[in-house]
Amino acid sequence: MSGTETPPPTPEAKSQSGQTKEADKADGVTPGGPSRSQSVLREIASGNALAGVLAVVLAVMVGSLMIALTDEEVRASASYVFARPNDFLQATWDAIWGAYTALFRGAIYNDRVDDFATQIRPLTETLKFAGPLIAAGLGVGLAFRASLFNIGGRGQMLLAGAAAGWVSFTFDLPMIVHLPLAILAAMLAGALWAGLAGLLKARTGAHEVIVTIMLNYVGYYLVFFALSRQGLLQAPGSTNPKSAPAKESAILPDVLGERFNLHLGFVLALVAVAGVWWLLNRSTLGYRIRAVGENPSAARASGINVGRTYTVVMLIAGALVGLAGANQVLGTVTSGVTTDLDAGIGFDAITVALLGRSRPLGILGAGLLFGAFKAGGFSMQASEGIPVDIVLVVQSLIVLFIAAPPLVRAIFRLPAKEAK
Amino acid sequence: MKLVLRNITKRFGSLVANDRISLEVLPGEVHCLLGENGAGKSTLMNVLYGLYQADEGEIVLDDVVQHFSGPGDAMAAGIGMVHQHFMLIPVFTVTENVMLGNESTGFAGTLDADAARERVREISAQFGFHVDPDAIVEELPVGVQQRVEIIKALSRDAKVLVFDEPTAVLTPQETDELMDIMRQLKEAGKAIVFITHKLREVRAVADRITVIRRGAVVGEAEPTATNAELAALMVGRPVELTVHKDAPRLTEEALVVKDLRVVDAVGRVHLDSISFNIHGGEVLAVAGVQGNGQTELTEALVGLQEHIEGSVKLNGQELVGRSVRRILDAGVGFIPEDRQADGLVGGFSIAENLMLNRSFRSPFVKRGTLRGDVLEAFAREKLQEYDVRAPDIHTPAGKLSGGNQQKVVVARELSRELRLLVAAQPTRGVDVGSIEFIHKQVIATRDRGIPVLVVSTELDEVVALADRIMVLYRGQVVGIVPGDTPRETLGLMMTGERPKDVIA
Repeated sequence: MSGTETPPPTPEAKSQSGQTKEADKADGVTPGGPSRSQSVLREIASGNALAGVLAVVLAVMVGSLMIALTDEEVRASASYVFARPNDFLQATWDAIWGAYTALFRGAIYNDRVDDFATQIRPLTETLKFAGPLIAAGLGVGLAFRASLFNIGGRGQMLLAGAAAGWVSFTFDLPMIVHLPLAILAAMLAGALWAGLAGLLKARTGAHEVIVTIMLNYVGYYLVFFALSRQGLLQAPGSTNPKSAPAKESAILPDVLGERFNLHLGFVLALVAVAGVWWLLNRSTLGYRIRAVGENPSAARASGINVGRTYTVVMLIAGALVGLAGANQVLGTVTSGVTTDLDAGIGFDAITVALLGRSRPLGILGAGLLFGAFKAGGFSMQASEGIPVDIVLVVQSLIVLFIAAPPLVRAIFRLPAKEAK
Repeated sequence: MKLVLRNITKRFGSLVANDRISLEVLPGEVHCLLGENGAGKSTLMNVLYGLYQADEGEIVLDDVVQHFSGPGDAMAAGIGMVHQHFMLIPVFTVTENVMLGNESTGFAGTLDADAARERVREISAQFGFHVDPDAIVEELPVGVQQRVEIIKALSRDAKVLVFDEPTAVLTPQETDELMDIMRQLKEAGKAIVFITHKLREVRAVADRITVIRRGAVVGEAEPTATNAELAALMVGRPVELTVHKDAPRLTEEALVVKDLRVVDAVGRVHLDSISFNIHGGEVLAVAGVQGNGQTELTEALVGLQEHIEGSVKLNGQELVGRSVRRILDAGVGFIPEDRQADGLVGGFSIAENLMLNRSFRSPFVKRGTLRGDVLEAFAREKLQEYDVRAPDIHTPAGKLSGGNQQKVVVARELSRELRLLVAAQPTRGVDVGSIEFIHKQVIATRDRGIPVLVVSTELDEVVALADRIMVLYRGQVVGIVPGDTPRETLGLMMTGERPKDVIA
């Protein structure tokens, strides 16, 4: 019955125990239980931190190449590169350096202005953009931990935004009641929309990837329809698919005063990070979620109701994505709900969760990085004329490199499986 | 052909899987490679078969040093391998499988199946295999499938045949037949390497025995050596091979199973109205060749099967229709047959695995929060008590050896208050030392007055543990017989025949 022939790890052979797995791999033995696609997903979703950092480094390098290629001066100098190679190198360096300094100035610290408040304004913008990315990233990452792929961030955010918007312009309440009510409505709507996918998986085995993708379309057109009908969500007297603006009492207050756009949404995202960390690492529910994610059949044989766990995970995941929706409608764009409210966050959340290795603190870091990309991308375009698309390319490449660990390992000549 | 392995060393990182192993196999000889799981037997054979490259040492065939960069080279040099898990394509015929990888082709690349079919007939006749060349492999019994593997090797003129744990999947009768085949092959002048950890088989067929432990040769033994001597060499210390147990002190009837019927999702019947009972303080062992309903029986008892009819009563309480959790909470301990799939979460630490079925209400839980300190103290205690060899309680269970993984499962199940223990293949893929330990725990559980159901495909284990033996064949009970029933009778019953003096 021996698939593997390795001596049992002993206390004195501690350094060897890390290698047992490698020998397993070499023997072509895959541990029983989860299917291959599930384990691939798990490896991608929970890869090590080094791989994430290297993926970012690689993506930035490829991004530099593209900046150079798209820069007019670089191209002009390339035509006489053999006559005056220095011109070419100088132009290339200027383009890349200019781009990334502009990114830095737009995302963290602007040294070209005089007063301190304006200097650090970019950093607050980064945090503002990071808030919903972190919240939605937690929603996707939590589902990853249960081996569920929640691609429905967009639909969940739209539904959540619509719910928050409706509460925000319909009721007249004191802020202390109105704001929490609007946020709760958003989280509830997101939870129900994602929970539906979880319930379908639990009851019928419908694959959550397909269901959440399709619910994106259903959600989009549902919200679009409601926004185009008087009496539903459309602003009175308007013909645009847009709702009335949120009332003052339902808007997330600024946390650093009126000079900065940073609102309470970022703080709520931080609270969510702490909450999800506690859930996963300290609660029995989180323990069961992880058990189901790592080995559903062992979880089932131990009396854990796998289907119910799927449903509960998706409910919580949807609520977190819903928080991102509330963040947008009640904080960032308060002039009324539109179908653009998710601003790509529903999908960026997947990247954030992957880069953050589905761990709350990792997602916090990844969310901040992507927030910086968002804030800095605009200023890069404004000051250097570099298309904002370059930033999107870099973001996409990060995912690509994370999803292909062997590629990154080959490029950096890392061992096949890192010894811990 | 004479095979010599000289100082073969194979490392995986810092782990030395083979440490200067030397081996000599002569034509017309069965050389037995004996060792526990994880001793390095399979690694050595994979080196021989070209699947791994040795870091040091050389392979010599008839005084010529060989360099294999893949199984193709090894096969061409005359080495044939009969794998533990058959390398056959189930939907192909015997002939097609034998041809695979060595297709002789005719005009414009058409397959020359006739020649291959003739070759299968020839080999089959020579050794008395009785294999139909046109049979579909998946429709053949496991023992015959194994012969197809042998034919496949022989059709490529293999002079050295390697059998890697060949008896794991066979019934006792099929095992005997395989031993005969090995003797015939030996007489035909083949050099045979027989890898196993089963002492009985070694003594039945081996001419020479080499024992390896922890990747190195620890000694040679004569076939006349006793089981105890061989086991001691294998494990490195004296081992008790027989479980000492007193006569059972039966209490009242605890588990009553009546007309239990299990059907799968597509309507196939896996258990057909079986009835039995177990008293407190009694071990009922379920014998049978793998795949005759044992898996479904244990799963049905703990609520893991969906389509069940009949009744399972534990101390008067009906279990059928309850959720897994409610059955486990009723005091049923469950050691699943596949610990990696159903018993453990590989990525979880030992400590986390020890509370896998107690995450709802237990000492480790307080108002939905994990009590890490209580769990860790408990885990440290169990690590000691159950002799789990691991660096610490935070080691991921997936990194432990089979025996230690199984001890974690056993520790978890036996540290609850039990009213019934269901143990499926409790020692499969477990080293001899751990088998001894686990068997003692099972008997200790029995002696506390708890009814125990053990399922095993190893007759040795059944005989060692059982107070009564129930034989399953094709989902039906062939008979329930006393624990001291002779092996031959049990072997016969495992093929579905009911001896005259046995009443079902």
